[in-house]
Amino acid sequence: MTDASMDAAGAPDAPKKSSLMKTDEHTKKRNRSETWFRAYGLAAIATGLFFLIVLAVSIVSNGLPAFTHTVVDVEINMTQDQYDDAESQLLKTSAYEKVFIAAMGAQLAAGGLELEVDKKVLQRIAGKTGSILREFYKENPDKIGTPVSFTLPAASRVDQYLNGALKREDVQDSRFLERADLDIVDQLHEAGIIKSAFNWTFIQGTDSGVDNPGGAGIGASVIGSFFMMLVVLFLSLPIGVAASIYLEEFAPQNRFTDLIEVNISNLAAVPSIVFGILGLAVFIQFMHLPQSAPLVGGLVLTLMTLPTIIISTRASLKAVPPSIRDAALGVGASKMQSVFHHVLPLAMPGILTGTIIGLAQALGETAPLLLIGMVGFVARGYPDGFVNGFIEPNSAMPAQIYTWAARADVSFYDKAWGGIIILLVFLLTMNTIAIILRRRFERRW
Amino acid sequence: MDDLRLTERDVTSQDAKIAAKNVQVYYGDTHAIKDVSVEIKDKTVTAFIGPSGCGKSTFLRCLNRMNDTIDICRVEGDIRIDGEDIYDKRIDPVQLRAKVGMVFQKPNPFPKSIYDNIAYGPRIHGLAKNKADLDVIVEKSLRRGAIWDEVKDRLNAPGTGLSGGQQQRLCIARAIATEPEVLLMDEPCSALDPIATAQVEELIDELRENYSVVIVTHSMQQAARVSQKTAFFHLGNLVEYGETGQIFTNPSDPRTESYITGRIG
Ligand SMILES: Nc1ncnc2c1ncn2[C@@H]1O[C@H](COP(=O)(O)OP(=O)(O)O)[C@@H](O)[C@H]1O
Ligand SMILES: [Mg+2]
Repeated sequence: MTDASMDAAGAPDAPKKSSLMKTDEHTKKRNRSETWFRAYGLAAIATGLFFLIVLAVSIVSNGLPAFTHTVVDVEINMTQDQYDDAESQLLKTSAYEKVFIAAMGAQLAAGGLELEVDKKVLQRIAGKTGSILREFYKENPDKIGTPVSFTLPAASRVDQYLNGALKREDVQDSRFLERADLDIVDQLHEAGIIKSAFNWTFIQGTDSGVDNPGGAGIGASVIGSFFMMLVVLFLSLPIGVAASIYLEEFAPQNRFTDLIEVNISNLAAVPSIVFGILGLAVFIQFMHLPQSAPLVGGLVLTLMTLPTIIISTRASLKAVPPSIRDAALGVGASKMQSVFHHVLPLAMPGILTGTIIGLAQALGETAPLLLIGMVGFVARGYPDGFVNGFIEPNSAMPAQIYTWAARADVSFYDKAWGGIIILLVFLLTMNTIAIILRRRFERRW
Repeated sequence: MDDLRLTERDVTSQDAKIAAKNVQVYYGDTHAIKDVSVEIKDKTVTAFIGPSGCGKSTFLRCLNRMNDTIDICRVEGDIRIDGEDIYDKRIDPVQLRAKVGMVFQKPNPFPKSIYDNIAYGPRIHGLAKNKADLDVIVEKSLRRGAIWDEVKDRLNAPGTGLSGGQQQRLCIARAIATEPEVLLMDEPCSALDPIATAQVEELIDELRENYSVVIVTHSMQQAARVSQKTAFFHLGNLVEYGETGQIFTNPSDPRTESYITGRIG
């Protein structure tokens, strides 16, 4: 048979002679279409890159101001008399504010600044100093009578003015800030009394009231997200992987398993808000789990993440060559041994990548959290203790960002952008871990 | 236990290791093996030949119940190894496969070290009490697989990094590490070059001393070189079965003759 075909090839009809030096029409056409395709590809990538850069630049430029804030340095020596006096007053914080203003005035005079500064102006510039001072002295009564240097946050409008978000022309005279105040701000800024500093409050703090954008921080909701992701990880990874292994390796192929398969694919496409309302109905209204709790958020996000994990795990199990299973069965391994000793290790990089991508999706998910109440003023405090972290009302990063973006005071807008940067940092970290794990597991062979 | 089996074997058939009677195999509606009966002798190399798609692999995979892993596959009839019905409900296919080893068409070493490739079977069957025992088994198997000299200095290197011929000999060594009594080989040389093929064939000839070897091959020269018995399959039927010399020189069925002389296939 092979001989026959060789004969046929050996005695062909003499073909027309054509030079290889000349490209024929057909080849030219193929080359042209390839060139076009390459051009399309490049254009697509360039467009993608362009939008990515625009996104990154706008996030960074809008978000960075949230990480710095304007502070006022002042040294205060609170005497016992002043303290008692302030505590006996009706408006205690304003009494403390007076102490602050007096100290500021003294400091300006000592610094040789020839400023005719009105008390009211200092009050407007310095923001909510009274409550901070009062809290400090209530907690540290031993500091009464000794000089203490304070670094107090300036009013948020001063902050915006100094970082360029608020233009002098746009300032409307109001009880918060008058245009004339800005001259004094400039002078204080030059003298180094008002300066920019890294805003630890934003990283560590909790959500603040609507009138205090300067005090708002994302820390508590980072913790909320953390506990939520713990729930998601410890539920969805084992359940998802076990379900996939069963479906892929053990389950018989029949109508029933086909139905399950179709349903899992459908679940992956269900909008997240549907899971949210399901969580509200089942976990909160029916099972009476606490509202706004990271536990409930985690449960809802687990439901959402499971299909993703199952689909990617099954895909990576499918990608393991069947010859490996045959090899294991052939030396007398049981089905389970063949799966756990040989198939699973090979599928591991894919499983981990899928899981981390699923978790990253869950981390950025907002809609279901709105429905179970992890939004609003719930991130006002840190949970006390590990167990309470799961059940105490808290927010999560994306929900906190949503809350800030929805507030009337534009100063919260900066915070929302800053929160997005933090969220993206976490997401990028997770993706990097996914890549590293993938490399680590693949490099073995 | 062993004694019992010996007497039983004496009663059923003199030296038939495997006795298949009226075996039918279906893939869904496809009738892939049609009423095949064959007796495979101990310490003999038996070759299955025939055009591709005639059911050689299917029948081979019945002998260690690898067909169980294919959902749509249905096996009927009676297959006995040492007189025991391997499709009996009490038989655990996992235990059976430890006794009936298999080498596949495409070399399929585990993506683990050469050492672990060999040691895996003995480990899961508890054949070695300690590391020293295991070392002995690994060395013995690699020597019998005729690959020891080539890999003894790199037992920790991945098995997948060997050449195709070495990989196949590694797979053979892996199959004999569990001390099987029967070795099934499905076209073990189809992916190998002539030199590697010659090495594997030599190895098969040596294995005959201890095992009953069944080899599927599409090369009639190979069947003639290594086997003592040959079975010719055609369209799911076992057409002819007998001494290799007789099949190749004096076939009794015209289909066998056509195939051997190159008119079928
Ligand atoms: N997994 C399977 N599913 C369905 N049909 C199969 C399967 N494996 C083999 N067959 C069919 O069974 C017949 C015999 O195949 P096989 O035993 O592989 O032939 P050979 O090994 O002799 O080339 C062929 O017709 C083939 O199409
Ligand atoms: Mg075959």
